[in-house]
Amino acid sequence: MPVVVKRILFFVALILIWQGIFLLGIWPESMIPGPLTVAETIIAGFVDMTLVYDIVASFRHLLIGLAVSLVIGTLLGVLLAKVKTADETLGTMILALQSVPSIVWVPLAIIWFGFTEASIIFVVIIGGTFVMTMNMRIGIKNVAPIYLQAARTMGSKGMDLFMKVVVPASIPHAVTGVRLAWAFSWRALMAGEMLSTGPGLGYTLSYASDFNNMSLVIGIIIIIGVIGSIVDQLIFQRIEHKVLKRWGMEEAA
Amino acid sequence: MYLNIDNISKSFQRQDEQQLKALENINLEINEGEFISLLGPSGCGKSTLLSIMAGLSKPTSGSVRLENNIITEPGPDKSMVFQEPALFPWMSVKENVTFPLRKNFSKKEQEAKAAEYLKMVHLSQFAENYPHELSGGMQQRVAIARALAMDSGLLLMDEPFGALDEQTRQVLQDEVEKIWLDTKKTIVFVTHSIREAIKLSDRVIIMSARPGTVISDFRVNLNRPRQQKDMAALEEDVMAILKTEIENVMKEELQYAGSR
Repeated sequence: MPVVVKRILFFVALILIWQGIFLLGIWPESMIPGPLTVAETIIAGFVDMTLVYDIVASFRHLLIGLAVSLVIGTLLGVLLAKVKTADETLGTMILALQSVPSIVWVPLAIIWFGFTEASIIFVVIIGGTFVMTMNMRIGIKNVAPIYLQAARTMGSKGMDLFMKVVVPASIPHAVTGVRLAWAFSWRALMAGEMLSTGPGLGYTLSYASDFNNMSLVIGIIIIIGVIGSIVDQLIFQRIEHKVLKRWGMEEAA
Repeated sequence: MYLNIDNISKSFQRQDEQQLKALENINLEINEGEFISLLGPSGCGKSTLLSIMAGLSKPTSGSVRLENNIITEPGPDKSMVFQEPALFPWMSVKENVTFPLRKNFSKKEQEAKAAEYLKMVHLSQFAENYPHELSGGMQQRVAIARALAMDSGLLLMDEPFGALDEQTRQVLQDEVEKIWLDTKKTIVFVTHSIREAIKLSDRVIIMSARPGTVISDFRVNLNRPRQQKDMAALEEDVMAILKTEIENVMKEELQYAGSR
């Protein structure tokens, strides 16, 4: 059976079970709404454009934040890979910062920037930067010595060696870094938006919760999950796969 | 003399703080246009010596002179082929071959040279392919074309066919011999295969291990292309010299393992 068919059957079964539990009526509808109500809420949100505005706003926060985090992460990664002292000092701190969950930065951001979009973007930047830094660092440190030797015998050195050999050789790690930075930023974005004053998917989610609108809560959770997996599987995993194949790090599929 | 190796010694610091002497007092004189093989058991320092000639590593003492200039760093006067093809996977075959030409040649000249050398290794149709699309033997051919494209007088080859299967190896040996006959480059060829050394070289240097020293230096005066039956007697002589060497290395390694 093809994978696609298996997946469709799985989700159909899941929805049927959900509908069954709903029909049994053990819990009130305000706690477990039926799949049809949730679907209606999502469709209504798209028809009156409120969910569309939220998605657009969320992507605006995400893209600005992610772009900044990739630039900072790349530069920091190069610094750590090239300067030993920086790696031994700043590197330790970044490793520690990487283990701090993004939501921890929200209160700090609110005090610094208030309930503004800047707060959200700040949290997104923090969310993506450190994982990009660590991947870029590994990428540059792990360039196969044979590439460097070969390039040197061909008269390449200094900046030329760095730009023409070291940077391209580290692209596979950098791509993994971008994919992870996106995933971390996406999580950070939701944390930031839930404590914001909107607009954004996270804001609408917490707003719906405040007004006991359970079908909208579930609807938005589904939207967040779907967007997350679409971006990861359709965009990043494909790019990563292509790069690894070209770089000879994965067998041709 | 084209290439002089004067009193080269090289020591490495081992993990247990002891000095490991890889090379000791190596002296060689190599003529222009000579095809010379460095032959010896693993650990005899032949690759280390080659990498000093390439300017990739520094000797502890002594020096290498190429046309009377002391070699201190890698440069366009010498090119190198490694055991691994060491092609850049993000570049097409053509871009790999033109890599050493970027600074000194126009785009047009680069194209022409890439075409010329890819033709020499029979890979003209693969110019636009990427390394991962080629077999190991084809990749090594690209590496040879890339080294030839530099058009240096000295070509250093570090067990270039060591990772290839026997058939591919023989085909590439024939190709390298033909390229050498056509271009008259000086080739220093590192190998641990007695047959390969005798088949290709004008002159074979046999090295001993730990420390690496020259124990034999002889000319091969057989007509090319060399036939198996003509090479057999010489192969046996070399095998006899190397046999004691290899036994010594084995004994030493076992002792070293036992003492830990």
